[in-house]
Amino acid sequence: MSIFSKYDGLAQSLAAVTADGGRNPFAVVIDRPLSSTVGLIEGRETLLFGTNNYLGLSQSEAAIEAAIAAARTHGVGTTGSRIANGTQGLHRQLEERIAAYFQRRHCMVFSTGYQANLGMISALAGKDDYLLLDADSHASIYDGSRLGHAQVIRFRHNDPEDLRKRLRRLEGTPGAKLIVVEGIYSMMGDVVPMAEFAAVKREAGAWLLADEAHSFGVMGAHGRGVAEADGVEGDVDFVVGTFSKSLGTVGGYCVSDHDGLDLIRLCSRPYMFTASLPPEIIAATMAALDEMGRRPELRHTLMDNARRLYAGLNAAGLRTGPQASPVVSVILDEVDQAVRFWNRLLDLGVYVNLSLPPATPDQHPLLRTSVMATHTPAQIDRAVDIFATVAREFDLMRPAAATA
Amino acid sequence: MSETVADVSALIVQTLLANPKVPRDINGSSKIVEDLAFDSLAVMNFVMEIEDSLDVSVPLDRLADIRTIDDLAACIVSLKQAS
Repeated sequence: MSIFSKYDGLAQSLAAVTADGGRNPFAVVIDRPLSSTVGLIEGRETLLFGTNNYLGLSQSEAAIEAAIAAARTHGVGTTGSRIANGTQGLHRQLEERIAAYFQRRHCMVFSTGYQANLGMISALAGKDDYLLLDADSHASIYDGSRLGHAQVIRFRHNDPEDLRKRLRRLEGTPGAKLIVVEGIYSMMGDVVPMAEFAAVKREAGAWLLADEAHSFGVMGAHGRGVAEADGVEGDVDFVVGTFSKSLGTVGGYCVSDHDGLDLIRLCSRPYMFTASLPPEIIAATMAALDEMGRRPELRHTLMDNARRLYAGLNAAGLRTGPQASPVVSVILDEVDQAVRFWNRLLDLGVYVNLSLPPATPDQHPLLRTSVMATHTPAQIDRAVDIFATVAREFDLMRPAAATA
Repeated sequence: MSETVADVSALIVQTLLANPKVPRDINGSSKIVEDLAFDSLAVMNFVMEIEDSLDVSVPLDRLADIRTIDDLAACIVSLKQAS
């Protein structure tokens, strides 16, 4: 019996996806980017609508130059963890810069955004504590809850009243209660009602951690996320996020005003037992952060573009998520249809993400797009036209009045 | 409030049968993942419905030890007695 035999079902599902000559959607190769919005795929120039590169800063000239300069002065790697092998001055600088951007006292950086959630959630919530997670939480949040030893309770997605009910059931139990929500949910692009969650948190005397991975640089007057946009940053004890979306590099962070954050460095395994961020990435991240702060128009253009794509897809008769945000997903019914639709989009020159259940809410397959500040209106209109063309081929146009 | 394991098990079966995709011949000894063909997300969503019917929260770490509908019922009864 093969050690892989438990994945026979998975192998069959993959074979079904690639039957009839379809591509493997999880193995698309972007040979190289030609710009932030166009990549070379299968030798063709393809519009990129699935890279989470919201501000286009992965191609920032300033960040590229900073990375080159840092590599020349510091080398390309740190070859170890900060706890075992030492912190470099650049790590401290980056933490100070991120803390200052968020107007918080403390910041810890992690090697990826995934590890930031894993490291914070597993270390903050101990054996006698409770973690209260939104049902649609990202895998890194669920995995963080499994790495730690807290009791884990799930509440209905974006439903503060449901959370209130579950906290009420815990009244009188000892142990801290840590609520975890996301700013923008990565599958459907829906935004958290942060102010309502903050109110529930205050009532219950609980702690609140917000993962602003998809909302950092996107929401709020200064790009500090949904907590800033809703005016409740004071209620959010811990903000976790990533550099790999709006800042275009890689790495994760947690900012907080609680002095205890420094202790987490000594008990968070995903922080302690992995190599720290390399110099060129730190330098590029700081340059991208500068650029983001200097160019608020990027955020405005991004939201204009998001509304343009969202309106266009809806006008084309496609069903989307509940609101226009930089993540716009087209909701389909059948996996087979979604796979064929996705292949046709790529044939016609648009790259989007194919998201399949159970990674999606409500068992629906999604064609997930992410919008960029650097998309031109013409590129967005072209993508909408291609979506509409494929929808017609598949006879998916639904009457405007019909409901899902 | 003094539901027995049998009471809770019957309520779980009844809740499950409201879903047309669930096989009709399930009982307390049916295995939730194997017999109902539920994936991890479907299990968590169905447990949420039961939680609301019985006003109890089942921590996700407890689900790891649960195979059958009766196991889930026993877990819920013990959680309710503890609270």
